[in-house]
Amino acid sequence: MTHLTEDDCVLHYYGEAGDMKSADAHLAECESCRRTFEELSKALRAVTGADAPERSESYGAEVWARIQPRLDAPETQPWPRRLAGLFTWPRLATAGALATLLMAAFVAGRHWAPPAAPPVPVRAAATPAPTAVRERILLIAVGEHLDRSQMVLAELSNLDTAGPVDISAERDWARDLVASNRLYRQTAARDGKTAVAGVLDELERVLVDIANGPATASPADLERLRDRLETQGLAFRVKVLGSQIKNDASRPLAAPAPSTL
Amino acid sequence: MDASDLAVVARVRAGDHDAFRHLVERHSRSVFRLAYRLTGREEDADDIVQETFLKAFRQLARFESRSSFATWLYRITVNCSHDLMRQRPRAGTRTSLDDPEHGASIQIADESAGADPMRELARRQIDERVRAAMSELSAQERSAFVMRHYEGLSIEEIGRVLDLRTSAAKHSIFRAVKKLRRSLEPVAGLES
Repeated sequence: MTHLTEDDCVLHYYGEAGDMKSADAHLAECESCRRTFEELSKALRAVTGADAPERSESYGAEVWARIQPRLDAPETQPWPRRLAGLFTWPRLATAGALATLLMAAFVAGRHWAPPAAPPVPVRAAATPAPTAVRERILLIAVGEHLDRSQMVLAELSNLDTAGPVDISAERDWARDLVASNRLYRQTAARDGKTAVAGVLDELERVLVDIANGPATASPADLERLRDRLETQGLAFRVKVLGSQIKNDASRPLAAPAPSTL
Repeated sequence: MDASDLAVVARVRAGDHDAFRHLVERHSRSVFRLAYRLTGREEDADDIVQETFLKAFRQLARFESRSSFATWLYRITVNCSHDLMRQRPRAGTRTSLDDPEHGASIQIADESAGADPMRELARRQIDERVRAAMSELSAQERSAFVMRHYEGLSIEEIGRVLDLRTSAAKHSIFRAVKKLRRSLEPVAGLES
């Protein structure tokens, strides 16, 4: 039998190696593999962490008492989910079409409407301007999008493998992200947020390449991706931008500070 | 699939909503344990338990008996935990010695440590590193590792819970183990 890799040792430790008997026989005669396996076993045995707090026998009954009155109530989604619901493609397309219509109506009004009576001074409203609310919603959505993108990039850059590895899950994830990234990039560019648009533009190129790439990646492919991310400093810039956006999004609407982006 | 779970599911689907209580009582503690391991916070885990069972009840029509009810419930638990962690990025499992919850667990450990404070100190350092390393894992890696290492699910079952191919579940565990080992290197030998 050939030597055991670290991954083989992990499977063996958890009793999931395909051929446990052969692995055991090899470990008995190969000192180097035995040492690797013992070191790994020792590390995994150390990963105990604090025990999960115990829940009493009556815990199930307590949970039931809390949820039972809510079983037949209509489902309410947490606000981030409801917010995310605002950003589905059909809604965004409708919103885009409406915005275009409004802009057209505005331009038409400027050019063709008869001269209006002198404007009457209007007292500023106490509530935040709709633009501020819209910007806030967009900031939160972009912040979440950057978090998700960061996770995909981190997953792929941290893959450490000797042979081809299945990245279909990450590829599917990247495909989902490309569509929203494009939308946010276009919106940022339209709003004059050039720094945000620039980072999103570079992020999109990487996401598109992952999304259109094969379902498996070789160690060389992963190395190339790591090089690309490091050369461009993209992972770091996505992280910094995400933090800045979250700071901006957490500022009170009533007294908005100028955006740092 | 557990025949008694299947029978209860059938009763609930037939309109006997109170029968759902049996499923709640049977699985609450394991759902809590998984949620706690994934989030690292007791109050979050309690919230996730409730959310998981509410979702399970509302989506029971979608449950197919291809996997066990427990596996399906774990999937909902993992999704609820991921949702919560996404709302609180990078704060979920990270705990520190200033964390009152964590402090409480140390206090209990001190009382039980008895005569070997050095060993207890080493244990604390290792636990702290494990906690920090766990918070650096991706959601997928953490879920896969927790289910394999702490809950003893097979890699195949983990794949079903996370909706991944077995090879992808396996690689998530490999990556998690590598990262955990790397972070434990500086304290290797402390407990020997």
